[in-house]
Amino acid sequence: MHECTAALAAFVASLVEFAEALTVVLAVGTVRGWRGALGGASLALLVLLALVCLLGPVLTRIRLQAVHLALGSLLLLFGMRWLRKAILRAAGVIPLHDEGALYARQTAALRGALPNGVGWDRLAIATAFKITMVEGIEVVFIVIAIGAGGANLLPASLGAAAALALVVALGLALHRPVAAIPENTLKFCVGILLCAFGTFWVGEGMDMAWPGDDLALLLLIAFYAGASFAAIRLCGSITLGSRA
Amino acid sequence: MTLLKTICAEMLGLFLDDARFAGAILAWLAACWLMLPHLPLAPGLRPALLCVGLAAILIESAHHRAGNRP
Repeated sequence: MHECTAALAAFVASLVEFAEALTVVLAVGTVRGWRGALGGASLALLVLLALVCLLGPVLTRIRLQAVHLALGSLLLLFGMRWLRKAILRAAGVIPLHDEGALYARQTAALRGALPNGVGWDRLAIATAFKITMVEGIEVVFIVIAIGAGGANLLPASLGAAAALALVVALGLALHRPVAAIPENTLKFCVGILLCAFGTFWVGEGMDMAWPGDDLALLLLIAFYAGASFAAIRLCGSITLGSRA
Repeated sequence: MTLLKTICAEMLGLFLDDARFAGAILAWLAACWLMLPHLPLAPGLRPALLCVGLAAILIESAHHRAGNRP
């Protein structure tokens, strides 16, 4: 059960992150040329791979309870921040994320920059490198944190790899941002999954006894979903009140 | 160097974009870690307290942000 939930959570979270990176890499490729865009993105992927190879073995040497507590706390900070943003978007407090608008902003900014000289386009490489690193680090963190016990690292990695393959395939096929992905809904679901995993790992790190052991994850998902819907209703009533 | 700084700032922002919210989460986790083992509670009640506190922080923070929107 744990493995499936870990793979699913990593897949959905990575799908959202890779879709955001793809939007910017596509904008760079279209405006400044594909050599720099793909060069920057590939370089960032290599750095991320090195980061995983470095961090993975280090984590296995630390006491498991300490790893659970530390990664669970970070996962909670990350997941609750994500879930809060999704709640505020669903309640209409902050605007929804729009890949099309991001693509338009990026292409406009890149067109306004100085034209490319001879050789590698440094602006293209830097832009593609930065976005792939920023979004990729989130993916690396999610994979490592969800797989905190060690046993879930492989399913979580496979979930992230499947998401990368899907986004690359969609990018090659469409040649435009993957706006069809219901990003805000996915972020809401992933936020709930990350909070559930974070709470579970923190509880394990604090030596708490979860009722039903691994099945407690399902209870946590249901609990956070209920709390989130309550928060949306509460925030939605404030939004409606302020518009009236 | 600017690129590295931007990436580091983005990384920190993954966890700490709202100090009040992040502080409340960390304070609750620390309180649970330090105090729960010493309270005379049934073992099943400890995880429940941890979850309820985190959910309360989430709802309060979202409510606070909705009330203070520009």
